[in-house]
Amino acid sequence: MTKLKPWLPLIGIAVFAVLLLVVAPAVLSMHWINNLGKYCCWAIAAVGIGLAWGRGGMLVLGQGVFFGLGAYAMAMHLTLESTAPGSLPVFMILYDPSASLPAFWEPFRSDAFTLAAILLLPVIVAGVLGYALFKRRIKGAYFAILSQALAVALAVLISSTIRETGGDTGLSDFKYFFGYVLNDDANKVMVFMIAASLLILCLLAVWQLNRSRFGELLIATRDAEERVRFLGYDPANIKLVAYVVAAVMASIAGALFVPIVGIITPAEIGASASILMIAGVALGGRASLFGPALGAMAIGWGQSSLGSSWPDGWIYILGLVFILVTLFLPMGLSSLFAKAKGLVWRPRDTPPASLPDPAPVLERVEEPGRIAEEVAK
Amino acid sequence: MTAAEDHSLVVTDLRVEFDGFVAVGGVSFDAHPGEVRFLIGPNGAGKTTCIDAITGLSKGTGSVTLAGQELLGKSTQKIVRLGVGRTFQTASVFEQLSVLQNLDIAAGLHRSSLSLLRARRGVDPAIESALDETGLSGERDTPAGILSHGQKQWLEIGMMLVQEPRALLLDEPVAGMSQDERTATGELLQRIAQRRIVLVVEHDMDFMRRYASRVTVLHQGKVLSEGAVAHVQADPRVQEVYLGTAGAASTAAMAVVPDATTATADAALQEEGV
Repeated sequence: MTKLKPWLPLIGIAVFAVLLLVVAPAVLSMHWINNLGKYCCWAIAAVGIGLAWGRGGMLVLGQGVFFGLGAYAMAMHLTLESTAPGSLPVFMILYDPSASLPAFWEPFRSDAFTLAAILLLPVIVAGVLGYALFKRRIKGAYFAILSQALAVALAVLISSTIRETGGDTGLSDFKYFFGYVLNDDANKVMVFMIAASLLILCLLAVWQLNRSRFGELLIATRDAEERVRFLGYDPANIKLVAYVVAAVMASIAGALFVPIVGIITPAEIGASASILMIAGVALGGRASLFGPALGAMAIGWGQSSLGSSWPDGWIYILGLVFILVTLFLPMGLSSLFAKAKGLVWRPRDTPPASLPDPAPVLERVEEPGRIAEEVAK
Repeated sequence: MTAAEDHSLVVTDLRVEFDGFVAVGGVSFDAHPGEVRFLIGPNGAGKTTCIDAITGLSKGTGSVTLAGQELLGKSTQKIVRLGVGRTFQTASVFEQLSVLQNLDIAAGLHRSSLSLLRARRGVDPAIESALDETGLSGERDTPAGILSHGQKQWLEIGMMLVQEPRALLLDEPVAGMSQDERTATGELLQRIAQRRIVLVVEHDMDFMRRYASRVTVLHQGKVLSEGAVAHVQADPRVQEVYLGTAGAASTAAMAVVPDATTATADAALQEEGV
């Protein structure tokens, strides 16, 4: 049992992979495959948030920024791919038929550039931003507000640049995905499989990061940043790594969201979208491995089923769930398992109060100290 | 310069100001390997501020050298890498992590960044010896958060030991400890001090008397007296600061190593808020 324990998460990931990659395509209708793909995207972003927030203590309230970077990079590429050579994307012609393609659109014609941008843009943005913030020791609420403000700013910027980005209407009507016709069920399943596989990969990456020395150091930084500094590490660098990894995951999530959902608008990356990403992580359990992913999928499912059939009620239900979880399960639903296990195992697990230790000097004197403390109580 | 001084911590004319308030006003002292060096003084004397300045937490002017290398003006983490470890008044360990993980993080100081991405396998010999030294071998998998107060302080000392520092600065290491824990801590510090610089900031006079090799008394940001325990205790200015002139007579009892009379003197010291 004890030998098996470190590998349990890996077994969990394997089961999850089988469910997503084998069972789901076999039993679900096209409609639900598509929805599940969308939840996978939110889950990918959530896995990153779990690392940055749950393990690193950085309340990343503005992951919409990185989600947006990936999403718009992909959307621009797909838009250009769906546009006849020599002509402009449809929305641009609507505003100004004689306009030329904005310069920053040009490179997104290339497949390779688009893929590189999806991976590297968040590294650059999160790297510069994180470096500036963490080196100045900005944390807690200030960091959260700042990152949230950034998401709002990006959404507003996109809304206000209708000619270049499509504004509030967003980008949509994608016909091709790297040469594949998007309106084909087989290709839709393929895109879903890509999203699901990347979710599994992200889980594996975070699993390895969590069990590594870096993961221990990240928790140490979360709990006692100053202490880490006095052990000779620069906490800014440790946080930066987690922040950048989370940003890349959010960007990947955004990039896949576009072909699966078929539209990207500023509403998908603004303040409320960013908060919804966090909500799933909080619900599932931010510090656990599966909590963020499953929480985000649950919220996503609620959003698309209840949220569309009973939109007013859904908001209240979401609020209520959030309040209950924060009050009674601050570490999310995943902490239920630990609690349940504690109830079941406690009787057998209690260690005897005084183990026969091969005791050097201090070990012996510690016992009277402990007894004295007990008496004092 | 003798061989011993080559490895010493030398503080020269250290000044620390906070918005015009002089917390430390030109303090000089040194500490050598082989002695347990104490820094004492009433509340607000600037003891902790001295340590803060040495470790880069507060900005100070003057000079602090370790083995001839200037420390002032360097960042905290650089100073640690140059071989200065410190503990805090309230033990700060990583409560969610086990004793072993705490020590492993401390020992990882000189690991490459890439090796951080691998999981921990096996236990560093330096960690084993720190576990033995601090008597925490039986608690290696215990989360640090549920250790007793004294054990947390020892864990902090252990975390310094695995880093192989040249100087250990301890801020009130025995505050809140039982008598037996104090004895164990004092003996541990004496063992550590054989090869390293140990500088202790302390309120506890009895502890100071038992384990100090040399003492510097600070008062209002300045050095009041310096020397061996007996010398410092005989200094009328020290007696005045601690007990007021009226109490000077009873302070004479301080010179005697712990017995019933010192208990009263200590009680008086406690009342003074020392």
